[in-house]
Amino acid sequence: MKRYAIWPLAALVLLALPFVFDSGTSLTKMSLMCIMAVFALSYNMLLGQTGMLSFGHAVYYGLAGFMSIHALQILAGPSASMPLIVVPIVGAVTGLLFALIFGWVSTKRAGTAFAMISLGLGELVAASSLIMRSFFGGEEGVSADRSKLAAWLGLDFGAQIQVYYLIAAWTFFAVLAMFAITQTPFGRMANAVRENPERAEFIGYSTQMIRFISFCLSGTFAGIAGALAAINFEIMNALSVSGAQSGAVLLMTYIGGVGHFLGPILGAMLITALQISLSDYTGAWMLYFGLMFILVVMYLPGGLAGLIMAHEPVVRAGHLQRLIPAYLLAAVPAIICLSGAVAIVELAHHALVKAATEGPQMSVIGIEFSSKAPIPWLVAIGLFVTGLLLSRMTWPRVRDAWSEVHLLMKQS
Amino acid sequence: MLELILFSSLNGVLYGMLLFMMAGGLTLIFSMMGVLNFAHASFYMLGAYFGFEIAKHLGFWIGLFVAPLLVGLVGALIERFGLRQVHKHGHVAELLFTFGLAFVIEEVVQMIWGKLPVDYRVPEALDFVAFTMFGTTYPAYKVFMLSIAIGMFIALLWVLTKTRVGLIIQASLSHPHMVAMLGHNVPRIFMLVFGGGSVLAGLAGVIAGPALVTQPSMAALLGPILFVVVVLGGLGSLTGAFAASLLIGLVQTFAVAINVSLSDVFAFMPFNPQVGTVLGDLWSVTVAQVAPVIPYLLLILILIFRPTGLMGNRET
Amino acid sequence: MTATIDQPQQSPTAEKASSALQLRDVRKQFGQTEIIRGVDLEVQTGKRHALIGPNGAGKSTLFHLISGRIALSSGDIAVLGQSIVGKRPFEINRLGLSRSFQVTNIFPRLTVFENIRCSVLWQMGHRYAFWYGVSKLKAVTERCEQVMDQINLSQRKDTAAGVLTYAEQRALEIGLAIAADPKIIILDEPTAGMSRSETAYAVDLIRKVSEGKTLFMVEHDMSVVFGLADRISVLVYGQVIASDTPERIRGNQAVREAYLGQAEEHTA
Repeated sequence: MKRYAIWPLAALVLLALPFVFDSGTSLTKMSLMCIMAVFALSYNMLLGQTGMLSFGHAVYYGLAGFMSIHALQILAGPSASMPLIVVPIVGAVTGLLFALIFGWVSTKRAGTAFAMISLGLGELVAASSLIMRSFFGGEEGVSADRSKLAAWLGLDFGAQIQVYYLIAAWTFFAVLAMFAITQTPFGRMANAVRENPERAEFIGYSTQMIRFISFCLSGTFAGIAGALAAINFEIMNALSVSGAQSGAVLLMTYIGGVGHFLGPILGAMLITALQISLSDYTGAWMLYFGLMFILVVMYLPGGLAGLIMAHEPVVRAGHLQRLIPAYLLAAVPAIICLSGAVAIVELAHHALVKAATEGPQMSVIGIEFSSKAPIPWLVAIGLFVTGLLLSRMTWPRVRDAWSEVHLLMKQS
Repeated sequence: MLELILFSSLNGVLYGMLLFMMAGGLTLIFSMMGVLNFAHASFYMLGAYFGFEIAKHLGFWIGLFVAPLLVGLVGALIERFGLRQVHKHGHVAELLFTFGLAFVIEEVVQMIWGKLPVDYRVPEALDFVAFTMFGTTYPAYKVFMLSIAIGMFIALLWVLTKTRVGLIIQASLSHPHMVAMLGHNVPRIFMLVFGGGSVLAGLAGVIAGPALVTQPSMAALLGPILFVVVVLGGLGSLTGAFAASLLIGLVQTFAVAINVSLSDVFAFMPFNPQVGTVLGDLWSVTVAQVAPVIPYLLLILILIFRPTGLMGNRET
Repeated sequence: MTATIDQPQQSPTAEKASSALQLRDVRKQFGQTEIIRGVDLEVQTGKRHALIGPNGAGKSTLFHLISGRIALSSGDIAVLGQSIVGKRPFEINRLGLSRSFQVTNIFPRLTVFENIRCSVLWQMGHRYAFWYGVSKLKAVTERCEQVMDQINLSQRKDTAAGVLTYAEQRALEIGLAIAADPKIIILDEPTAGMSRSETAYAVDLIRKVSEGKTLFMVEHDMSVVFGLADRISVLVYGQVIASDTPERIRGNQAVREAYLGQAEEHTA
């Protein structure tokens, strides 16, 4: 019963957030996080739950977004009948429609072949966005004015706060629905197909049908995300169907963690927050994302959620305090190493990119130095290497702490 | 007309050979290690940029020799310290690793050399006209590119059929697990194949750089086409990759030259879809505009109807 | 070309009704090599039928052909009167045939309970439903608990299948085959790798769950075979050299030479 409490709690948090973070940028940020959370969760229906890796998921998000923006255009004006709140249904239907068509083709194959088909389809749609200018609007994209639709309960949804609540409400119900689906017979069989597609066939299920249904449901929810994006930004352009957008949702979902339902939500929130704020601090933020992704793939395949949930049994058994000293010890060299790495990237970025326009001088916490001088470089590399070497010494402590905890848990 | 066909054929074969230089290595890597190396086109890009940088200081010819080797070194290091670590997490993780790698390489290249194309020029020794036909000139540099590509093909063939390592690699193409069980040092062979594939891709970049544009997006533009070639040709088949490379090269080159659209073909018909509608767009699009998309159509069709590819013997 | 020491001829319709599984001149070729070289075999409804033979005879291949994992090169296989040539494994399973695997083939990251639950969902009518939850389905949960009880894994029901011991995984393997209450159960070396006591338990279990059903199994452990089987077929080099009652098989000269000869001292 405690598990069910999380839903009303989440709803309360969503309702209360604008009172805590009430600036315009915060509202936009939170709206975007919600949209990306729905998008990433829809992607994980394929990857985490059914074991299908797709490189073309943006297709359903983007096409639904475009359909919705056209719907916004059509529904605007005095003859408008439908209020803004039902426009995401347009997105859902569009996503479903294209998923039915493309999914029937894609799910004939599995594994790498499926991934390649998704890549091909993604490139096809992205390329056709330049050809079909009437639907995709060419380079400028398509824009609309959401406040021109029929008002609902007196609201015209022009202000960001109103849009936030619309997006938050749709996000809540979409997430709830996606979670509910994981608890159904279909959802269970999707997991079975992920684990052992061959065996699933021998217990009476067509793996192709399971994959196809997963694909269609996933496309539907991606469509909802696309529609919400159209509503939020009031503009849609070819980027939303591009390979870059497909790559972005893959990144988010994987970093967040594909093995847990919350993972994609975490990843979406983190990456969106970083995307918005990091770009204020450094021009190399895309590089950081890429490096973060590679590190997660190499050392943390369960993502952030995997890391957090690995501690759940430890917390429940009350042994978390045994891990903390080791963590604190390992954190010091880790932070040194990280600072060194960031310093190297920033120095490189400054010397190579910014120096051309701003000159070689840069300043950090008030200290001025030249990004082309040897000393800052030596410091940066020194920090990185020292941190790395020290980390290798402290890491066994963490491992030992975990072994100790495992032993304790086995005995109890 | 004849001139169009002749030059398109020449260019198509050249493009196809360039594709094969990369697709060959990619097929070997994919068939042996099961890894679809997303970063393979990035190695091509690194070859072009390394070649450019070395050419700036030491001349084109030294760049031609050194740059591919540098790329090979990068590839071998990536295999040894990156891919090998990820291998234990499964095929999906390997795929994602190379995917992230492609992303990072593009960012680093952009950081070092900037977002705009660099001026990687054809060396003076090759900057003349090879021959003229029907009033159109054909540059000597393209002939040079073609001869390098053909030379590489012959060398690859020789290595694979006449050397011991080549024989092991051939065996691994169709039966990778068996080769490991026969006691060969598979990790070292993997590193060799990965590094070797990178050298070939780098070589393609060094020679293609001056002819095509050298810019940070060149990997992202070429990458997906490479996958199409590999899948089309079929797993475990270098000849398939060769055939697919030439096919795609010729099809794309010819398609780009055809400025015909449905509206031209059906101009005699009494009706015409309205400009500004979806149907209108489809009606007036020329084959040349659709050319970039044709490989993906082929990819999807092949994966549905013949997943082993044109000549492969294993399913993807 | 089989030497069947078989029952007297019956009329075709009576034959059809009493045979749960019928193989007619089944052949399977891999490249140039013919593994199954013309097998005629009949498993009668309600009987326990064992398939024995030396390693490499093609027993698992035959199982794969029957369950639809690989396609026949020629011949016919009829399950409950219906030809299964060209049918996918799930289609054959829906006819009422369920199998276990020689190499454990379970769902590693799902718990024991979830493993069993997945194998009953189709048969209990839940198909691809994504509009209602599965934990509220009392009949499903009850059936799962019943099966887990039978295979003695109730205490491990929330353990991930991948971390079970080998014997527990073999038990789960059997559980997956019997959970959906199939009409025909085919088991591929169910007691492989089990200790004496585990084997005895498994034999008891198999006997209980195959009560009133048709059982077809491959086994190497002769005590299991002679203890359980109503009929035994002997497969050697892709052909059935004998199909008879256990006593007559034991006394069969050709079978002795090909397979049982050395093991004579070890049979019960």
